[in-house]
Amino acid sequence: MSLAEIMLAVLWAGLTAYVLFGGADFGGGIWDLLAGGAQAGRRRRDLIEHSIGPIWEANHVWLIFVIVLMWTGIPSVFAAIASTLYIPLTLAALGIIARGAAFAFRKVSIELWQRRLFGATFAFSSIVTPFFLGTVAGAIASGRVPAGIAEGDFLTSWLNPTSAVAGALAVGTAAYLAAVYLTRDAQRVGDKDLAEDFRRRALACGAVVGLVSAAGLVVLRADAPRLFTELTGGRALPFLVLSIVAGLVSLVLLWRRAFLAVRITASLAVAGLLWGWGVGQYPYLLAGVTLRQAAATDAVLAASLGALAVGALLLLPSLWWLYATFQRDHTARATVPRDLDH
Amino acid sequence: MNPADLLAVTGADLAAARMQMALSLGWHIVIACFGVGMPAITLIAEWRGHRSGDVHYRLLARRWAKAMGVLFAVGAVSGTILSFEMGVLWPGLMGAYGQVIGLPFSLEGIAFFIEAIFLGIYLYAWDRLPPRIHLLSGIPIVLAGVASAFFVVTANAWMQQPTGFDAEGGRIVAVDPWAAMFNPATPPQTVHMILAAFMVAGFGMASVYAVAMLRGRRDRYHRLGLLLPLAVAAVITPVQIGVGDWAAHFVASNQPVKLAAMEGVFETERGVPLHVGGIAVDGEMRYALEIPYGLSLLAHWNPNAEIMGLNEVPPADRPPVNVVHWAFQIMVGAGFALLGLSAWLALAWWRRRDLPSSPWFLRAAALSGVAAALALEAGWVVTEVGRQPWIVYGVMRTAEAVNPAPGLVWGFVLVTVVYAALTVATVYVLRRLARDIPVPIAPQERDVTGYKVV
Ligand code: HDD
Ligand code: HEM
Ligand code: HEM
Repeated sequence: MSLAEIMLAVLWAGLTAYVLFGGADFGGGIWDLLAGGAQAGRRRRDLIEHSIGPIWEANHVWLIFVIVLMWTGIPSVFAAIASTLYIPLTLAALGIIARGAAFAFRKVSIELWQRRLFGATFAFSSIVTPFFLGTVAGAIASGRVPAGIAEGDFLTSWLNPTSAVAGALAVGTAAYLAAVYLTRDAQRVGDKDLAEDFRRRALACGAVVGLVSAAGLVVLRADAPRLFTELTGGRALPFLVLSIVAGLVSLVLLWRRAFLAVRITASLAVAGLLWGWGVGQYPYLLAGVTLRQAAATDAVLAASLGALAVGALLLLPSLWWLYATFQRDHTARATVPRDLDH
Repeated sequence: MNPADLLAVTGADLAAARMQMALSLGWHIVIACFGVGMPAITLIAEWRGHRSGDVHYRLLARRWAKAMGVLFAVGAVSGTILSFEMGVLWPGLMGAYGQVIGLPFSLEGIAFFIEAIFLGIYLYAWDRLPPRIHLLSGIPIVLAGVASAFFVVTANAWMQQPTGFDAEGGRIVAVDPWAAMFNPATPPQTVHMILAAFMVAGFGMASVYAVAMLRGRRDRYHRLGLLLPLAVAAVITPVQIGVGDWAAHFVASNQPVKLAAMEGVFETERGVPLHVGGIAVDGEMRYALEIPYGLSLLAHWNPNAEIMGLNEVPPADRPPVNVVHWAFQIMVGAGFALLGLSAWLALAWWRRRDLPSSPWFLRAAALSGVAAALALEAGWVVTEVGRQPWIVYGVMRTAEAVNPAPGLVWGFVLVTVVYAALTVATVYVLRRLARDIPVPIAPQERDVTGYKVV
């Protein structure tokens, strides 16, 4: 494997982590929106807040990681994408601001109207942001971002069938992952009703996402034939199969209430789609631009990968401590009466 | 397209892109300063509370931690926008040189991760970890905050003194990322910025308690809330002024055009005076107070040193003189005002082990946070506007880097509206945080433990 290929693999792994963890945080916001009235939805919202609270900042860093690796490893591709797709990217950026800020603000607000205002902002931007990020993915996948600076069409590059499906899929998978994770979180704090509630939501959402994915294949066939061929018959086929199988198994596991196992299969189903796209498109990053043409010099790649390897030695144990602290302590806390308005 | 056309096409959009960058950076940097400085100050309070059992320190630590939770969230999202904007607004820069400054940003990414992870633990596990472990879990936050300030400023330093790469026909052919990161501008700029972060956080936090004391709340809790951050900032201020002098020497030797703009020097001369105040009109500095030989002396330690004037370079290569000159005056003025405040505190403490009793001291302390933030913003205006028209000094012009897509102006309008709302909401929420659960006059143990951090 060349240094450029390792860099791309690391970048894609970072993107996967963002979709699986950051995506679930967006999904939490979507369920917040659909949680019901201020009184009725309160337990759901509290569970969501407790699950996201300590980890969303760390999850969010994956996005920064991906962006920085792009401009370090494949600078001209980063410039082409950012300049052509500046409209959806600006909108996604504003969504990110609104979401993160509103979530933090709501947590420290006491009055109902404030919680409602910040809550609505949080929930609304949780839908909008993944949607726009999805349209960006669709633009790249359907080859609508040419090489060079601002060479693509500023509107049709992201307002097209593939982008629409990718946007919908981004929102759908976010909601699905969140529902799956929250099911287990509810079970862990010993709230049976809530676990059942999110289980139902996860089942319904999983079915919808499966249908959207199938529709997406039809769209790809017409709109991005090269990627379609790779996905349905080429190197990317195993990933598509993995995704479909894992998706179906997840439904069965949800049905049978294996809430821990379904976390893994649901993640695989989503990751399969992502890696299928990546492998299907490889070695082309943009229309007519291969990884070799776009990669940074080896000195840069070696220095950055080396730095990341050293960083990983610090990060992995720390991340483990973070997740372990809060997964473990859920049970202990559930016995203490919760002060809902802290 | 030839460069002249490019300029014509993108005139309004270029201005919008620069304003947008300045707005979002100028916003982020204030919050980021609290991200760098506040954890350390909070840890000191927590440590003192742990050692002495003083409930006032412990309550302060909890309250600061709660505010930190809000500030970090806002800092994280406002920083994310910046990384989008680097590509959306300046694809010419990032497409060509993204890899040259990629290393410090990758390292910064690691630092952010550490910061976010340990912040999650520090805030959310406050009551669930033993006090010592909890204190220790705060230390990586401090280190990572300082490290991320260092890394990001090395990237900016590279834009001032680009080194560590070879270009052929506009394409990068070889890069030495470590040489790019440790360019000549890195030492003075990073040190100056990190100290500035502690000053902004320290004076800023002290201001809050100074206002409360002016309103009559003079109990131990408020006095400690004023004294601790103010002491930290006061110790740093004299050092910062020395470092500022170092930064000025650096500019004098390496960016003479910037120095000429900072001082409004048009003709190259020896024995140049220092200009205080004044305004540049038609290639001449007017109404300024002149301190003879001052500039030559300060910039090169020699009263007869030669200072290059702006007339040496064509008008198209000059930065806007008045903006840079006045920004520099404001920074230096604020720096010396803060030095005066620090000296006042030191004197009173040395004499009586107490705060100065004059209400003027509290009034000055109440303004110190604003002054520090003003110095910070002004300093960045000197650095960034003074480097114009270059985005990479001497290598790439800002106009070549900007996104030529139409309609950047609308992006700027949208971003301005969002930031205005964000500012209002942040200020409002932080004020409510203090008001909704007021501090008990004489805190008891149960007031401390009853105050939830998150
Ligand atoms: C609390 C903030 C603060 C204070 C009190 C000062 N500065 Fe400063 N200054 C900054 C905060 C700052 C900064 C953090 O905003 C800058 C922008 C870029 C940088 O590295 O530091 C800066 C830049 C900066 C530059 C430009 C460096 C460059 O372009 O590379 C010079 C020449 C000075 N400063 C000089 C001074 C002097 C002589 C001061 C003495 C009073 C001073 N600063 C006080
Ligand atoms: C690593 C740190 C930084 C980087 C990489 C960076 C990069 C940039 C870029 C790309 C621009 C736009 C192009 C230009 O006008 O030259 C810019 C402009 C600007 N930046 Fe920075 N910047 C950094 C730090 C800061 C900070 C912390 C501030 C804080 C206030 C700041 C203030 C400004 C201002 C005021 C402008 C507008 C210049 C003008 O309009 O003439 N910069 N910076
Ligand atoms: C072009 C300039 C800059 C970019 C692209 C940038 C990027 C970012 C990003 C992406 C984050 C969020 C990280 C997280 O989720 O925790 C962030 C936060 C932060 N940034 Fe910046 N930044 C810039 C300028 C600066 C400067 C000049 C400083 C110098 C002090 C700084 C210091 C920080 C700190 C300390 C944080 C984390 C603490 C907090 O969130 O309050 N940044 N920045």
